[in-house]
Amino acid sequence: MKQHKLALCKEHYLEWIPEQTERFIKKYKMFTREEKVIVAVSGGKDSLSLWDILVRLGFKADGLYIGLGIDGGRDYSSESHRLTENFAERNHLNLHVVDVEKEYGYSIPVLAGMSHRGKGKPCSVCGLTKRHVMNRIARDLGYDVLATGHNLDDEAATLFGNTLIWSKEFLIRQSPVLAESDGLARKVKPLCRFYEKEMTAYALLRGIEYIYEECPFAVGSTSIYYKKLLNELESDRPGAKLIFYLKFLEGRKQGLFTSPDPDAPGLITCPNCGQPTTAPGECSFCRLISKVKTELD
Amino acid sequence: MTVKLTLRDQEFEVKPGMTLLSSLVKAGIPPESIIATRNGELILEDEILKDGEVIMLISVISGG
Repeated sequence: MKQHKLALCKEHYLEWIPEQTERFIKKYKMFTREEKVIVAVSGGKDSLSLWDILVRLGFKADGLYIGLGIDGGRDYSSESHRLTENFAERNHLNLHVVDVEKEYGYSIPVLAGMSHRGKGKPCSVCGLTKRHVMNRIARDLGYDVLATGHNLDDEAATLFGNTLIWSKEFLIRQSPVLAESDGLARKVKPLCRFYEKEMTAYALLRGIEYIYEECPFAVGSTSIYYKKLLNELESDRPGAKLIFYLKFLEGRKQGLFTSPDPDAPGLITCPNCGQPTTAPGECSFCRLISKVKTELD
Repeated sequence: MTVKLTLRDQEFEVKPGMTLLSSLVKAGIPPESIIATRNGELILEDEILKDGEVIMLISVISGG
């Protein structure tokens, strides 16, 4: 690990990752041992590794799997569900499963096909749906905090994209912890300082069986393009991604990004689902479901 | 006299005697984007690749 000037054997690597995770949880005041954590698990290397690490560290962590109904010619969602169930069963963990089609009537590809969001790619609808479901489950089932497996490469790619267009509202909100507010669960990213390569190594060395195939809709996505660009930079300048992200967090803490309108109205409640929304009327997710129902019925 | 590198459904052939890092550069694969394994064991970038070996490269990039 050139960026850390560190070389570890398998045994010590498998100790180092959880130790560092605990350090980040404390440093960013993510949650305590007394709090109930729900981990959003997709069947991928990062989320399953996060769940593994939190349980090994002794945190009370359950899982949440969201069935998206994505096939892509290779049963993508079914396979990721199977691997997640296997992980939970093998480790005697509690897993909640929400199937989007059963719950709301339509799979992600159907919702995306009927929506104008995302210019033909379902990633935007998928993100909106997952955020809605994750918050609902965390809130309704009484969890204190929702943890996701975002790694440093995810965060650096998001930061890069938001910086290219100086997206103030997203730059202000990008953080290892998003505090809870009325109707919104606290969200944390305990892996935000680990390279994607480090998390892959952890999953492989720990023997975690994860879905290796990429989501069929992720091919050609902007986030992957940004990751590739940042990896070229990293190859020439080891540590560049970490410095980019950490210096951003430092600047953010020092007030580099402040809300342009501190008196702007806060969130209001969606009259349909009760989740917070920024504009009067139904939230984006409820509007999406209503639109698809109207068009298909 | 070749070493085979496999990455998903792609195959690359490189000369033996080079380090993994040099082989990746030669094949045009960004080292940051993969983890290399030989017979299921992770190998490091300074490892010398030997004739006839098959090195499995695991993509680390995911997202959407």
